[in-house]
Amino acid sequence: MRIEIPEIAVVALIGASGSGKSTFARRYFKPTEVLSSDFFRALISDDENNQQATPQAFETLYYVAGKRLERGLLTVIDATNVQKEARGAVLRLAKEQNCQAAAIVLDMPERLCRERNGNRPDRNFDGYVITRQTEQLRRSIKHLHKEGFRYVYVLKSEEEAADVEIVRAPLWNNKKAETGPFDIIGDVHGCYDELCVLLQKLGYAVDKDRCAAAPPEGRKAVFLGDLCDRGPHNIETLRLVMGMVQSGAAYCVAGNHDVKLLKKLRGGQTQLTHGLDKTVEQMSAQSEVFVAEVIAFLDHLISHYVLDGGRLVVAHAGLKEKYQGRGSGRVRDFCLYGDTTGETDEYGLPVRLPWANEYRGKATVVYGHTPTPEVEAVNNTFCIDTGCVFGGKLTAFRYPERETVQAEAAREYYPPVRPFHDKSAANDDVLNIDDVLGERYLTTRLRRSVKINAENSAAALEVMSRFAADPHWLIYLPPTMSPCETSKLPDYLEYPTEAFDYYKTRGVGQVVCEQKHMGSRAVIVLCRDADAAARRFKMNDGSLGIIYTRTGRRFFDGAETENALLARLRAALAGSGFWSDFHTDWVCMDTELMPWSAKARRLLEEQYAPAGRSGGLGLAAAVDAIGKASAALGGGVRAAQAGAGQGVDQGIDLSALLERYQARASALDLYTEAYRRYCWDVRSVDDYRIAPFHILATEGKTWSGENHMWHMETVLRYIIGSDPVFMKTDHLLVDLSDANSAARGVEWWERLTAAGGEGMVVKPRDFIAMRGAELLQPAVKCRGREYLRIIYGPEYMLDGNLERLKKRSLSRKSHLALSEFALGMESLERFARGEPLYRVHECVFGVLALESEPVDPRL
Amino acid sequence: MLLTITYTGRNTTDLGYLLYKNPYRPQAFELSYGKAYVFYPEISDERTTAALLLDIDPVGLARGRAGSSGGGLFDYVNDRPYVSSSFMSTAISRVFGTAMTGRADSRQALSDSALDLTAAVTMLPCRGEREKLDRVFEPLGYEVRYETFVSDGNFPGWGDSPYVNLTVSGKVRLRDLLKHLYVLIPVFDRQKHYWVGGDEVEKLLRMGENWLPGHPEKAYITGRYLKRRRTLVNMAFERLTAANAADGEVLAGEGLTDDVLTDGAPEGEALAGEMLSDGAPSADVLAGEMPSGGAPVAESPVTEAPDAADRAGRKPNLNARRLDGVVAALKSCGAKRVIDIGCGEGHLLSLLVKERQFTEIVGADVSHAALERASGKLKLEHAGDSMRERVRLIQGSLTYKDARFAGYDAACVVEVVEHLDLPRLAAFERVLFEFAKPPVVILTTPNREYNARYERLYDGDLRHSDHRFEWTRAEFRDWAARTADRFGYAARFSEIGETDETYGAPTQMGVFTQCE
Repeated sequence: MRIEIPEIAVVALIGASGSGKSTFARRYFKPTEVLSSDFFRALISDDENNQQATPQAFETLYYVAGKRLERGLLTVIDATNVQKEARGAVLRLAKEQNCQAAAIVLDMPERLCRERNGNRPDRNFDGYVITRQTEQLRRSIKHLHKEGFRYVYVLKSEEEAADVEIVRAPLWNNKKAETGPFDIIGDVHGCYDELCVLLQKLGYAVDKDRCAAAPPEGRKAVFLGDLCDRGPHNIETLRLVMGMVQSGAAYCVAGNHDVKLLKKLRGGQTQLTHGLDKTVEQMSAQSEVFVAEVIAFLDHLISHYVLDGGRLVVAHAGLKEKYQGRGSGRVRDFCLYGDTTGETDEYGLPVRLPWANEYRGKATVVYGHTPTPEVEAVNNTFCIDTGCVFGGKLTAFRYPERETVQAEAAREYYPPVRPFHDKSAANDDVLNIDDVLGERYLTTRLRRSVKINAENSAAALEVMSRFAADPHWLIYLPPTMSPCETSKLPDYLEYPTEAFDYYKTRGVGQVVCEQKHMGSRAVIVLCRDADAAARRFKMNDGSLGIIYTRTGRRFFDGAETENALLARLRAALAGSGFWSDFHTDWVCMDTELMPWSAKARRLLEEQYAPAGRSGGLGLAAAVDAIGKASAALGGGVRAAQAGAGQGVDQGIDLSALLERYQARASALDLYTEAYRRYCWDVRSVDDYRIAPFHILATEGKTWSGENHMWHMETVLRYIIGSDPVFMKTDHLLVDLSDANSAARGVEWWERLTAAGGEGMVVKPRDFIAMRGAELLQPAVKCRGREYLRIIYGPEYMLDGNLERLKKRSLSRKSHLALSEFALGMESLERFARGEPLYRVHECVFGVLALESEPVDPRL
Repeated sequence: MLLTITYTGRNTTDLGYLLYKNPYRPQAFELSYGKAYVFYPEISDERTTAALLLDIDPVGLARGRAGSSGGGLFDYVNDRPYVSSSFMSTAISRVFGTAMTGRADSRQALSDSALDLTAAVTMLPCRGEREKLDRVFEPLGYEVRYETFVSDGNFPGWGDSPYVNLTVSGKVRLRDLLKHLYVLIPVFDRQKHYWVGGDEVEKLLRMGENWLPGHPEKAYITGRYLKRRRTLVNMAFERLTAANAADGEVLAGEGLTDDVLTDGAPEGEALAGEMLSDGAPSADVLAGEMPSGGAPVAESPVTEAPDAADRAGRKPNLNARRLDGVVAALKSCGAKRVIDIGCGEGHLLSLLVKERQFTEIVGADVSHAALERASGKLKLEHAGDSMRERVRLIQGSLTYKDARFAGYDAACVVEVVEHLDLPRLAAFERVLFEFAKPPVVILTTPNREYNARYERLYDGDLRHSDHRFEWTRAEFRDWAARTADRFGYAARFSEIGETDETYGAPTQMGVFTQCE
């Protein structure tokens, strides 16, 4: 027997004990698809025949079944199901999960069931149990359809049960194999003239008189329903769309007006309101044949389509994720009317809940139904009913291009019932706690999945909520950077050789060595004008940009300095033609902002300067005291005069001690010099220095496709020169296959660090470097010996300390660097492509969460 | 790192006998964190100086002792190796232990008499309270001198360093001088390198038995020595009081002011809290942008216990009055199921729990640490099922829409909004009034006008370092009215605390009621 069931369904096996349900299930379904009551009884009681455990076993079974169906998986319920009440639970589950229920009945001879049970020593049913079950089963069979099982199959013998073919039929709405490209067209409402104009704009060959249109090669039209009512030319519209659907040139989903029209045409009782009267009047002049065609056409319209591998969903009134690709009355109603509450508003129209505000689905949803003045994009959903019949526009949404093409209404054909509502404060810009809290897996282009632990999210929530700037501004947080492997040279902790080797051994040919500025990382987002800030960053207070730190806090406490620096950057960009050359009105860049003391003042005052001060003075006092003691003993000769002490320890050599403390004292001096290099007083904005080194993103584009030489050159060309605040970054291209070139790199680093420079950052020439599928570190740092004093302490090079410090592990840091880089690039990509706030924010939040991982902060 | 003790008089080399350290034989002692050296920079009949020099291993401090599982407690860049701190106290007791007992086999009479002694403590960290140096040492009979230093000569703007070179001289017994130093060095430094546990009380009482009970600054000394751990301080005080009561003195509760006990720091977190958070992130990590010390983080993020300024002069604790006001408002609106958004350490929750009217109480805060403290305060870990069903804590944020905030009869937002940056207020308004939309919202915030009454606040200062703004009464009412109007609420206002004719009361409260 051929048993056809929908690909997403609950399948109830129905049969008495011993009828062979489990054997049947094993044969025709995957083991994980089958949930058997025996198994669940055993799971919770260690005994599959423990009838007392039955209620809890079913509770657990239905819980698991619910989770499976939520995920769109076919689920088989292997239980006797002979009683109506038991089947009721199956049907409720199907309804709850918006899928269909199928019944496969194993109506086996009672004798066979008895025999099978008799062979099982663990089952000692009284004979009447089987008899009763069989009776119940037989009584049930004819009611199964009525109960709500859409598919019922009855197998009456072992032979029949052994010869079954299960066919899983795709749902009608499943058009995942259709990849488009599509031109999705909003509510036409009989605006035939505008429809023709629009189709022509889209490149369709339109024969207006004959009501026919053919798409350009490869494209397909999708109509979002509500073809008729209110507008002037309902018949022509129907003819054209029906023709296109029939020829396979278009899809069309049902709209609420279409359903109402169908009801009317079939002779149902409907009020002739909301423009239906017009269509009915026009229809009355049509031939019976045409009317029959329309009825057939409307009858076959389905509620929604899932297209392009599940990436696109179209429905008249939209569709939440849970309902996509499902079939039930509830799903259909949602598609036709939206998320209604039954209430009506002051215009007498149904109140609709803003489902799109909560939408977090992966599929792009394009829908109509609710007229708005402009296309409304909220969380990857697009409402393209721009109210043509009310004098607005007819809109087409091109997919995958995501462009809109519109035709203006020639006039207002119907007065709007309620004003197009202006949702300027769309809910889309309030983030949801569920978008950030708890354990999360983020999918990025560069690394498949980045895991964020719940405790890190918890830590990040506090920082993000209390200290970070408005999330609209935070489109990127920079990744942490790993140092190169520890040097094998005796006097160095870090040396260029290891940095070069990292890339060389991974097949990178060229690296760019960039001077590492010793300031604070600063991300700058800058808009050309208030329009750009309002449009792209939802800033309506006139602010034009932001400078923020690597944890998303505003860099400056007061707006004054920030504004002054942003104004200077804007002037530099305007002067160099950046805005026009890059076709953008905003930019995001990575920079280093100096002096270090500007941001780290507190750290300097509370930690760095005190350590230097106490060390300097303390050691000087110690040197003085040792010197005096040494002199008192006569030139450091170890005196052994008898005294009162009962020395348990050997006497010590004061001159050696003196030498050691002198060495310590001079280490402290070098340390103090080291941090002082990165400090200067800031009296005005002129005293700041900003060194940009990445142009991260501009309108519609990220710049990670360009290599680091391009970034250096672009910064030099467009930003450096006109204003001394903006500082270039010295850099050197090193060819790793050329020993001389590498030697020059080492030499360059030595010169840089001998002069007190922090060191360098070595980057693969390509912004994103891969070896096969492996993402390589976007950069490793190699820090100078003097600089490291302020990291590893004033005395890190004395007393064999270096040997101890060399025992450090970089693996965790490198792992974080990669994850954070992947998230950073992802957030920029998402922002540049205009994805919703929460999609950008989850990546940015992820970087912050990863930063709360405990990692040696010296790395 | 260096302590010298100078004895002036005749036959001063006898100092060697008292200290049990031969002046002619420099010695080294192994200590857990490094070494200590004893040598004599001056040796003469009329003046002999002994030096105790510490040699603390800076890398060891940062990385943890070899073989120990945990990391170190300190940053690599740290003053610990160079200052006189609790390390010095440990060294004193280790190296001069016998001298501290007063035993001196060959010079017992000398040991029992008061001598002309001068102690010089090099690099004593003394954060902000130098006047206390005199008030602590002078009552013990010392002449006190100290030298101060700028933080960095190249950057005068950075102000003074926290260190002094302290010299105290007086006519004292050597053992007393050593004990004074042993107790008082950590009192000024305020950081201890070891866990402050119950045995510290014993140590303090033993070292201070002769002088601490009668010391006018004993509350200060005790509090600081025990790192303001309230339970320990109370223990010590009871014992000190008992000792004195026997002498007929009355001490009850004297000096046990909030000033000593709650510096805004969380209780019971001596080492972990203060020392670890002081291990400030290095330049590489955060470039100084995270709060490095305990300041905003250690402090209850939303409801600072007693306002810093409140402590300055208010009589009945303003915080208590504020919370009482909120509870009263909640009770009068008939709410049964309530949520405290920004509950902090649970000050309000612990009051709500006592009221039978409230059948469900939820505390939400953005800080996980605060919630843990709240859980401890409410003893939720050990509570029975019905208590745990009635009281729950959740982590949430005022700027993220949160389904868990919805469905309560009333929401309290006590001293919270002023911790939000003004531009983020828009998100908060929607999260609370549009999405959570409880029938009643009770919101309190400082009245900025009243700041004029706080002596320690200068023009424009806010009451708390984490306040992003404070509103005048007009500003608050304006905001509240607009917000109420926008989201369909009606707002009523009242004031909490002593009312000043000109400036109003310190706290203002708005009660928002959803319109039918």
